[in-house]
Amino acid sequence: MEIPYSVRVRPDTGFTNGQLATWLFLASEAMLFGGVFSSYVILRAGAEHWPTGTLNIWTASVNTVVLMASSVTMSRASMSLKQGRWAVYRRFFVATAILAVVFLGIKSFEYAEHLSRGEYPSVNNALAVYYTLTGLHALHIVGGLIVMLYLLGPGARLHGTNPGLFTNRVANTGLYWQFVDIVWLCVFVMLYLL
Amino acid sequence: MAAVFIDRALVPSSTGDELPTGDVPHMTQLPFWRRYVFSQDHKVVGIQYTLTGFLFMLLGFIVMMVIRWQLAYPAQPIPLIGGFLGVANAPGGIMLPEFYNQLGAMHGTIMVFLGVVPVAVGGFGNYLVPLQIGAGDMAFPKLNMASYWLYFCGGLLMLASFFAPGGAAQSGWTSYPPLAVIAPGQTIWLVGMVFLITSSLLGSVNTIVTVVQLRARGLGWMRLPFFVWAQFVTAFLLLLAFPPLEAAASMQLMDRLANTSFFMPSGLVFSGQKLTVAGGGNPLLWQHLFWFLAHPEVYVLILPAMGIVAEVITNNTRKPLWGYRALVVSALCIGFMSLTVWAHHMFMTGMGTTMSTFFQVTTMLISIPSVVILAVLILSLWGGSIRFTIPMLFALAFLPMFGIGGLTGLPLGLAPTDLHLHDTYYVIGHFHYVVAPGTIFALFAGVYYWFPKVTGRALSNRLGQLHFWGSLICMNIMFMPMFIQGLGGMNRRMYDGGLQYAHNQPLLKWNLVIGMAAWTLGLFQLPFIVNLFSSSRRGTLVDRNPWQATTLEWLAPSPPGHGNFESEPVAYRGPYEYSVPESDTDFTPQFSREARP
Repeated sequence: MEIPYSVRVRPDTGFTNGQLATWLFLASEAMLFGGVFSSYVILRAGAEHWPTGTLNIWTASVNTVVLMASSVTMSRASMSLKQGRWAVYRRFFVATAILAVVFLGIKSFEYAEHLSRGEYPSVNNALAVYYTLTGLHALHIVGGLIVMLYLLGPGARLHGTNPGLFTNRVANTGLYWQFVDIVWLCVFVMLYLL
Repeated sequence: MAAVFIDRALVPSSTGDELPTGDVPHMTQLPFWRRYVFSQDHKVVGIQYTLTGFLFMLLGFIVMMVIRWQLAYPAQPIPLIGGFLGVANAPGGIMLPEFYNQLGAMHGTIMVFLGVVPVAVGGFGNYLVPLQIGAGDMAFPKLNMASYWLYFCGGLLMLASFFAPGGAAQSGWTSYPPLAVIAPGQTIWLVGMVFLITSSLLGSVNTIVTVVQLRARGLGWMRLPFFVWAQFVTAFLLLLAFPPLEAAASMQLMDRLANTSFFMPSGLVFSGQKLTVAGGGNPLLWQHLFWFLAHPEVYVLILPAMGIVAEVITNNTRKPLWGYRALVVSALCIGFMSLTVWAHHMFMTGMGTTMSTFFQVTTMLISIPSVVILAVLILSLWGGSIRFTIPMLFALAFLPMFGIGGLTGLPLGLAPTDLHLHDTYYVIGHFHYVVAPGTIFALFAGVYYWFPKVTGRALSNRLGQLHFWGSLICMNIMFMPMFIQGLGGMNRRMYDGGLQYAHNQPLLKWNLVIGMAAWTLGLFQLPFIVNLFSSSRRGTLVDRNPWQATTLEWLAPSPPGHGNFESEPVAYRGPYEYSVPESDTDFTPQFSREARP
């Protein structure tokens, strides 16, 4: 069974199936993070005392730079693939995956630091929100990383048989990656800076 | 608009839309387990969803019959199955209160999340949406398969929780904290919900993309059958309303496993002991997040039902649907507005009069499109030459039953009356009228209507009559007395049926009546089960359009083969052109090419 419009855009809707699905998925993700962010706002607004100053702004700032850089490499990667420059695409895509690993490394260093000081999620709701929100975001980074590794490894074979579909997949992964980066910016501002 | 990643000029036409052969091979080349177990065909997935969903519904029904025994005959041994429930649940066959609470929570969970929604959306949606829009399959067959198996695992997990230490979840299907954070069984429930939410996410993305992208040539938006519109709006609700519950479920899991205090207020005392949690949490936050899903969920339950009823009614009145545009606009309005009414479940929580006023107003407003839909369906009967087929009987019964359910909801949507009725049997009566003789009747109508398409054979009329009349009478004897009990102030969730309260004494006799009706209703489902199995093998053979219907699914063979249509279907007209003047037949299908007279 062949499914139409998985490679080419349907003229009257302006989408390929994968693009539309990715946007819908991101809408759903926005509601998921929206749920956690609004819970954070409600808990913090209702608290008599909300401990601040425990979070490590420096590691988070470095992580912000890392993710912003990965945003750039990701868009360069999908752009290069669209232009048919395979080697350039590979280079930028691998760079994105490496930056994702760096992000997770710095994040786990941050967690270890908190835990060694006895700052567990059960201590107060500020820490509970911190672990839940950054943990949920880190899970999304892990998810993106798995997709990237798949597309670099076994998934790359698709490029030989159906390059159009492969290009779409990379573009949609990029779309998701930009979304995860935007979520991180919100986390950084609302959790670390406020 | 979304960035268009593929510039036509950059994609060589040879890499067009054909998938390489071998990626999804033809059905007949596939081994058994890929054809029927891990199938990617939307029709097989739809049948899997329907059968699994009906099995879960049967299970939820049995749970309910046990509950009704406890209410009709408190502290008496349960007959037949009492001995098998185990000493931890029912020593000597007599149900313990903890087990009663598990049954209550799991009846709701099973019926809503594992029964009705999977049949209405996963089953009917999967099977019919591609056929009605003239597509060969869903847009993402692999996701479709994954969606079913995630649902299946979530369901198994929920069932397995009965056998876990401490038993299944017992804090109601609403899982209000702090109780839900303290009570046993809840962790498995939450993990099960994460599976179900993921499954519904995949399913809803798939449905929306399928409707937007795979409509046949000539099938513009205003030529879509109303059933497709209903599924389309439902998919958006599932897509946008479920994630906040997933967020809430994650936080409740954190509360249970990492000992956080998202929903745990300070100074909580349990069994005379102060709880060792940090506190500072907000139990109302859970209610907001939960109902933000669970109210749209009500429309997830009802919209596909309305879609089915609209199809059956037009087909059996042999005239066009009266007010198709009004129906579509109302369904869209319901979709948007259902995201703004959730806190009418929370008038008793002390959230404040400003909030109550806002949610009263939105609740009254959303009843307008609901009434429009019901009015359109009733007015469509006017002047029709009605065929009283079995699907039509169920569809006709849906109208007053859903009407009763909807109208009894108005006093619950207004805070002053809700203060009296909240958490009484009146509420139980109200939403069961919506879901049981409402949605489930519509699902039955759908099964009788599309069974010939799915199997190529018709269901028995005589068994269908027995099933319909028995169910209709029993349902009303079951749910009508609940209004009397509720207005009399009888509380829901009472282990002994409200025995210890003086004001309940004149109402207790109804518990027996309701119980009798419930068990009889169980008996009247037997003809349906027998009918399904015997007719699928020995039923009368039918051609591809036995109801003389107009929508595209009737163009495909019965049962449709892999890829559904023998040639590319084209829609030449609207979905409901019945009794067109000067036409030879009283129906002109969408796929009929002949010019308008």
